[in-house]
Amino acid sequence: MDETEIRRLSVGHVLCGLAVLFSLCVPPLLLDEFSLLGTHLTWLCICSVCVVTVNVLLRLTLKPNPSTKRSSFAHKVNKLKQSGLYFFVSCLLFHGIIVLYGAPLIESIWETFLFAVLLSSFTTSRCLCILGPNFHAWIRVFSKDGAMSVWDHSLQITTICSIVGAWLGAFPIPLDWDRPWQVWPISCSLGATFGYVVGLLLAPFWIYWNRKRLTYKSR
Amino acid sequence: MKRLLLMLLLAWLSISFYSGIWLFMSGFLLMRIELGNQSQCSSPPSAAPHLQDARCWFPQRFDKAVIVIIDALKYDFAKYNPENDNPKPYENKLGEIHRLCSAQPRHARLYPFRADPPTTTMQRIKGFTTGSLPTFVDLGSNFASYAIQEDNLIHQMVSNGKRVVFMGDDTWDGLFPKKFYKSYFFPSFNVKDLHTVDDGILQHLYPTVDGGDWDVIIAHFLGVDHCGHKHGPDHPETAKKLMQMNQVIASLIEHLDDKTLLVVAGDHGMTDTGDHGGDSEKEVTAALFLYSKAPLFAEQLKTEAPAVPQVNLVPSLSLLLGLPIPYSNLGGVIDDLFGWPEDKVSALLSKTTAYHINVQQVARYLDSYSRAAGDLPAEKLRALADLFTSLTSEYEQLMSQRDQLSEEELEIHLQRILQRQQSYLDQARHVCMESWARFHPMHMLMGCIILLTSCFFCYIIAEAGSVLSLPYKNLLGYPLLFTISVTSALGLAVWTSGLALDLVTVCAAATLIFQISFYFNFQAKKSSPSRRQTHPVYLLLSGPCVVLLFRCCSLFSDSYVVAEGSVAPFLLTSLLTVTVVKLHWDGKLLLPTFTPLGSESLKPSLTPAYRRDGSRLMWLLAALGICVRLSGFFHNCREETPDCQPSSFLSPLSSIRDPDIKNVSYVFCVVFLGFMVFLVRKWLQHYGNLNIASPLVLYVRWGFPLIVLGIACYWAVSSGTEDSLAKLKELTHLALVACPRAIYAMAGLGLLLILWNPITVFMKSRVSDPDNTVTTYRGAPSSEAELQHVIPQIYRKMQRTLKSRLQHGGEGEDGKKGVSVEAYGLGSVYSAAMVITLSILTLVLILLHSERMTPAFLLLLLEAVIILHIHGHVTNLYSEGVELFSVPWYSVLAWSLAATQNFYSTGHQPVFPAIHWNSAFVGFQEGHTNNIVPALLVAANTFSANILFSAGSCLLLLWPFLCEAPTGRRRKGKKEKEGGTEDEETPMMEMRIREDPDRFSVALLQLGTKYLFIQGVQLLSCVCAAMILRRHLMVWKIFAPKFLFEALGFAVSSLFLLLGIALVLRVDCAVSNWFRNLTLQQNR
Ligand SMILES: [Zn+2]
Ligand SMILES: [Zn+2]
Repeated sequence: MDETEIRRLSVGHVLCGLAVLFSLCVPPLLLDEFSLLGTHLTWLCICSVCVVTVNVLLRLTLKPNPSTKRSSFAHKVNKLKQSGLYFFVSCLLFHGIIVLYGAPLIESIWETFLFAVLLSSFTTSRCLCILGPNFHAWIRVFSKDGAMSVWDHSLQITTICSIVGAWLGAFPIPLDWDRPWQVWPISCSLGATFGYVVGLLLAPFWIYWNRKRLTYKSR
Repeated sequence: MKRLLLMLLLAWLSISFYSGIWLFMSGFLLMRIELGNQSQCSSPPSAAPHLQDARCWFPQRFDKAVIVIIDALKYDFAKYNPENDNPKPYENKLGEIHRLCSAQPRHARLYPFRADPPTTTMQRIKGFTTGSLPTFVDLGSNFASYAIQEDNLIHQMVSNGKRVVFMGDDTWDGLFPKKFYKSYFFPSFNVKDLHTVDDGILQHLYPTVDGGDWDVIIAHFLGVDHCGHKHGPDHPETAKKLMQMNQVIASLIEHLDDKTLLVVAGDHGMTDTGDHGGDSEKEVTAALFLYSKAPLFAEQLKTEAPAVPQVNLVPSLSLLLGLPIPYSNLGGVIDDLFGWPEDKVSALLSKTTAYHINVQQVARYLDSYSRAAGDLPAEKLRALADLFTSLTSEYEQLMSQRDQLSEEELEIHLQRILQRQQSYLDQARHVCMESWARFHPMHMLMGCIILLTSCFFCYIIAEAGSVLSLPYKNLLGYPLLFTISVTSALGLAVWTSGLALDLVTVCAAATLIFQISFYFNFQAKKSSPSRRQTHPVYLLLSGPCVVLLFRCCSLFSDSYVVAEGSVAPFLLTSLLTVTVVKLHWDGKLLLPTFTPLGSESLKPSLTPAYRRDGSRLMWLLAALGICVRLSGFFHNCREETPDCQPSSFLSPLSSIRDPDIKNVSYVFCVVFLGFMVFLVRKWLQHYGNLNIASPLVLYVRWGFPLIVLGIACYWAVSSGTEDSLAKLKELTHLALVACPRAIYAMAGLGLLLILWNPITVFMKSRVSDPDNTVTTYRGAPSSEAELQHVIPQIYRKMQRTLKSRLQHGGEGEDGKKGVSVEAYGLGSVYSAAMVITLSILTLVLILLHSERMTPAFLLLLLEAVIILHIHGHVTNLYSEGVELFSVPWYSVLAWSLAATQNFYSTGHQPVFPAIHWNSAFVGFQEGHTNNIVPALLVAANTFSANILFSAGSCLLLLWPFLCEAPTGRRRKGKKEKEGGTEDEETPMMEMRIREDPDRFSVALLQLGTKYLFIQGVQLLSCVCAAMILRRHLMVWKIFAPKFLFEALGFAVSSLFLLLGIALVLRVDCAVSNWFRNLTLQQNR
């Protein structure tokens, strides 16, 4: 187990967390009439963009799963295109799943879609940046013995935390408290964000704690 | 014998749940004691000093009265707004009332008339004749009216020599049997019949009024209410009906004289869908219209009249007609009516006198009541008594000094007394209302404890595993003996000691004693430590446990109970998704890769191969989500969610006005129905259960389409409008009765056929090849043990011959080895019987619902099949063929969540106004003579989802056998022993059950207990919620109805669970016999 890898991971996670913090703190300074609850859609966009940007930057700087063979420029462009497609499809899939779970079908369709985008940027964009557009690798990572590096583990933890957070976020909606944050999809997106941040903080500690137990096969 | 004992054990568990429910109910539901006292003219509660000349308590003002009750006459119907240019069908139709009110303001007045909930007709009649408050218990007995025992207005009229003529709703006949001088009753039960009652009344009303042989006429019109139930208020029929009522009022006034009071009142209002029974504003605001040809009111009203509580009609009418106020009345007089003679002081004087008598009467009632019952809070009674004493003395003092005071002083004093009298009456009413919500905390607690222990027993039996193969006498016999002896000893002891023996307590004690002795017997035998140890914390975090926990907690929150219809599907989809994801997480979806050493490895490689189950499961999940989402279109609404629109599918076809849309909807409904039957037949055909020529299969082939035809006919006839079918009235009436009854009979026949011979196996015998006969058994044939050994072999042989015939089909019949026996559909013989039963039940239940709910039932069946498929795949992947006999918790939980979800998706809500009362008249157009049949029909309608899911819960055990994939990989051990390879490639399906009948019966027991546990835990949380939150604002609106529905649902579910298991056991019996006959034949 390489301790430097965990350190690199921690740095990456802190940066991801900062992206969320950035989306919460900076827009009120720049935009008039911005508030997390009032103009929630704007925040959803900003947060998604921030998270995706940081993920891409991390991918370029930290190189979590460096591939051994050099690839051509055309190959890279092709991969980029594929990644974009994957991201878009995952947004649509998330949208469908959310609707099947009971979200309104026609009214507030934009809210639902942007929430799906947010979930995608928490989960799919990280998958894309760490594993690349390789669906089989994704499926492998999300099984009990599938993780092959600290990055895979952190991916497992943040993804599960984000989705569980979003799921738990649905529970306050039926309550009759009449709070502004009970409006769809605010509680869910806040839950997902909260889960994501918790996952980011939790992952390095968990990996560090279990570092003796985790042995990875060489690829 | 074992089968019987299995049933007994499950029945005992259900009964202990029932006794817990009963105990809780006896402590929770409200009760009030009815007093037998009657008011007498000769003994007024207090003689008003200046009224000594009055014949009765108060000088009579009117000789005669005509009381017209228009059922469900909402205040909105009676109100007239001349500025409304575009009135809805129910608006501005009673112009006569408006005309009278504006032309003769001192003769006529319209009031909002506030009903006390529950707003069912019988409760309301009780309310405005006795003047007392209804309690929760009375509700629901609307089907059979019971004679009113308390003192009431009708009784007072009759015993004071008034000739009371009644016409209309026959509910009155049950409430006041043999009280009327003359009566014309018309049946009220058939809510689809708009005109019989009203036309009947109109035939007799005017002749009676003109005849003069009466003092009081009561006419109860039902048309408006029935119109609301059938079409909803927003419908031209309602407009027609209201216009007819307007006509009735107008011409009635022509026939009245000066000494007659006219009262037109609604007993309750209605919701926007035309229902009533609850306590929403729209249901409780009825209309009250008073008119007389002599001036009735002292001054004319500037604004709209204030609302009058319904009980206030009782004392007002009594005093106006010169009658004593009924003994148990809690209402106060309507003071406008006593403001005569016209000068201000004497009007006030008359008002205070009326109030004085009223107050005296209420105080007398409270006094007697608190002596009889003692459930009114003592300090509040004392406060009331103090107020009463000071009021009385003040009044008497004022009366004695009345001549010495100046007019102004007198007026001020009278005003003050009037206010205090009013406040006394209000407070008295309030105290009674509050404290008749009386609970027995001990009973409630004991009920909870019994429910808790019953759940606990279900759990330990479900988790006990193989221990249960121990003799049943230990489980049932000894505890039963012990209980009977101890209970009778205890009962005798208490009886001899002279204490009062409460049946409820005895029942509770017996249940507890039984449970304790059962526990000790059970623990003593359960010595084997073979139970697998799972970490408790880990268990708590598992998917099913989290979901069950959320479900139970959600029952404690009123907003979650209101939103249950969308919470249950959310939890259901989450639960199944988590299950599938966990399957992947555990690597069960991977195909095993073979390492060079030859051992299987489940470690993932970089490019793992996946089973086809994976993608199939994803599709199933998606289909489940879509089904669940679509079934949301059939939801009903409750009044707590004002923006909710009830599904338009809930109203019957007859409420559609546009004939084209009506026809198209009709065709769609019939197509859905046909499609459902088609799917069932396809399924049976797929598994080969439709080949034999037995009566049951013939029934499926011909009876099902016949039932569909019958239902289609019934829909066609019942959805026609009143007018279009007028010519064929006789014929349609016959069809409306005959079609549903024929379908009931067909369904009964089908169920009997299943019980008689549930085997749907087609057997084909050929010239038997001696090589192929089964010869492995020794000893006397057809003994039980040997049969168990032989059956799987026969089955495998059959499969093999079938397979070889398929493979070599082209080569002719004698190309290879001859075929001895072929049996089609043996592998699904259990499920086939179950599926046929469920289809019959579904068809009957569809008949009881509104036509357009058919797609909801189709979705229900699809959803059930999807859950079963997911469960089958998951079980097969996890178990690798060994653990098929135990049904995992998640699937039982998913099953019961689906039942809850479909309760809502079939258009129900756990509130009384949402009950589909119409279903009581399917096949019984003319009403009922008893109240068992309608209760059964309404219960079947309300709990259809519970019925279908609990009767079908055995499929959870059977389906994994059906889904068994035809791979030779499992059952490796047997492969080596038998040496054959070919037979391993054919799945055994349900014949595995025959391999191990003991385990099968234990598995059935465990499935039953698991289902009971899950249902019981939900019931327990409902009960706890109702108990803990019993002073909550929402208890009568949300928690109490929810508890009642859940308790009834539990009873229905457990009953049908037992019936389902009994059916499977019957099939099991039949299959044994079938095999016995087969081996006997082969021996010959
Ligand atoms: Zn009514
Ligand atoms: Zn009604």
